[in-house]
Amino acid sequence: MRELFYNQALGEALAEEMRRDKNVVLWGIDIGHYGGANGVTKGLFEEFGSERIMDMPIAELGYVGLGVGAAATGIRPVIELQFSDWITLPSEMIINQAAKMRYMFGGVLEMPLVIRAPIGAYLSAGAQHSNSFESLFSFVPGIKVVTPATPYDAKGLLKSAIRDNNTVLFFEHKKLYGVKGPVPEEEYTIPLGEAMVVREGTDVTIVTYAYMVSFCLKAAEQLAARGVNVEIIDLRTVDPLDEKKILMSIQKTHRLVVVQETWRECSVSSEIAAIAAEKALYYLDAPVIRVTSEDVPMPFSPVLEQRVLPSVEKIVDAVNRVMERQSA
Amino acid sequence: MEIPKEKLIHMYHTMLRIRYFENRVKELFAAGELPGFVHLYLGEEAIAAGVCAALKDDDYITSTHRGHGHILAKGGEMKYMMAELYGKATGYNKGKGGSMHIAWPKLGILGANGIVSGGIPIATGAALSAKYRKSGQVAACFFGDGAASEGTFHEAVNIASVFDLPVVYICENNLYGVSTRQTNVRNIEDIADRAAAYGMPGLVVDGNDVVAVYEAVREAVERARRGEGPTLIECKTYRWRAHFEGEQDTYRPPKEVQQWLKREPIEPFRKKLIDQGVLTDAEADKVEEGVKKELTEAVEFARTSPLPDPETALEGLWA
Repeated sequence: MRELFYNQALGEALAEEMRRDKNVVLWGIDIGHYGGANGVTKGLFEEFGSERIMDMPIAELGYVGLGVGAAATGIRPVIELQFSDWITLPSEMIINQAAKMRYMFGGVLEMPLVIRAPIGAYLSAGAQHSNSFESLFSFVPGIKVVTPATPYDAKGLLKSAIRDNNTVLFFEHKKLYGVKGPVPEEEYTIPLGEAMVVREGTDVTIVTYAYMVSFCLKAAEQLAARGVNVEIIDLRTVDPLDEKKILMSIQKTHRLVVVQETWRECSVSSEIAAIAAEKALYYLDAPVIRVTSEDVPMPFSPVLEQRVLPSVEKIVDAVNRVMERQSA
Repeated sequence: MEIPKEKLIHMYHTMLRIRYFENRVKELFAAGELPGFVHLYLGEEAIAAGVCAALKDDDYITSTHRGHGHILAKGGEMKYMMAELYGKATGYNKGKGGSMHIAWPKLGILGANGIVSGGIPIATGAALSAKYRKSGQVAACFFGDGAASEGTFHEAVNIASVFDLPVVYICENNLYGVSTRQTNVRNIEDIADRAAAYGMPGLVVDGNDVVAVYEAVREAVERARRGEGPTLIECKTYRWRAHFEGEQDTYRPPKEVQQWLKREPIEPFRKKLIDQGVLTDAEADKVEEGVKKELTEAVEFARTSPLPDPETALEGLWA
């Protein structure tokens, strides 16, 4: 199969959906001639022009807000935020408007709005360019939250996100844009809300998503050499959460480690641990352990950043402790 | 340009519908019949009536927390509005919205909004959508003087101007944001001056003069439809009631309130229509009787409508 970079796969999804549906439009900063800060829209402006690909002023509250009004009135904006860190600026329009309007108005409208935004650390980008805010938005009813880990998933999930008639936040990891992977030539989509078992195992379940999937796969290799057989579930969408696959895996392995890059408190990992406690406690042979970032703003210096973030070693250590039935 | 007789009568009718509806809501709320809280549009009727008279049926509006007047003027039916205020299943939004969240896209109503300035980018986005779809629709965006200090206003208006979007911004300047006199938190007298900063026309009109509002908006709407971009129209007005029903109005000088009450927008307009021979006294009374009848039926409809099944609270999140 041919291989594409993650950012190319995303660009291909955008182009295919724009050809399929003339109401799909792209708005953002530097996404026209420049091709986007991460190269996702490279080449698209030449094909689709300035009517469908609009470079906006640096006004996230404004242009995401416009997206809400446009999505409510018959077009399908796909908005790129240059970094997900500044999703705090338009969060009013996402949380109080886009997420609520369909429900609050008794179902009289649809909200086919996609907001794409790069997440993630491991770049010494400091406290304001390293955030992953998926947990914040998973908390809010009415928003779907997608976190693809591979070029294949990125393309298939983005196509589904664009076709969805609800608000979808699509978080792309910065460290993955330059990762290559197989992407078929023929068209495909991946439904939102379906996790995938990316490695089958019998001894312990790791639930993870986005960039952390690659860390968990490496940890699993090391653990396999020591006779520990790890099952890895890539959530792909953290909201809706594929609870069924998580519970099925726990029933098989009886041990659970949750790995996420972002902060721990009230996060996606908290939710998964809560689901395990509520619905699978009697299947568990050991306490759940979470591997997450420490709850501090991301420090700049590489040694400090490393101290705060998850690593393959921290994941291996967590699995070993779960195998030995130790607590976190 | 002369205003057709039907248009003048329509504006008179609309103002009366708002006045009667709001007065009744005031009584029903005081009597404890309506849950939540309500913000009344009394005194500002000429703005909604004048603006919406300049719009087509499929044009868009966004409204505010003080939105009953806008919804009525855009063609909202009293009975579905009243039912929504009662939290009934038959309301426009099935009892999920309430006073601050009435929407009905079939009439171009993209929602009242509980967030000050929330409707500004939404109207602007609807205008961009209309432009993209080449539908010829225009969006009229109602907001208050307080909202004009939100970042939302500045960001959206700039984008509208840059892309020549078909939107008309209607600032209803009633002088106060809750208790704060807005000129204490703004260093200019006229919000319309802010249009210059974004390279678009801005004008001030008497918000209690329905014809002045209509004429200004009609011109702005025509301009928008021609693809020449947005206009900011500041309508000077005053709310007769406190910020919300039940609030103690301790912040407005009684003399000021009295002065504005004297500038009541409906009676002088009625007199003008009669003087000009647009309506006879009897015809004007007939219009008023029709409004009373619509209102009586609306309250009856709302009162006798079923409450929503509590389980419907768990439905309708996703499309």
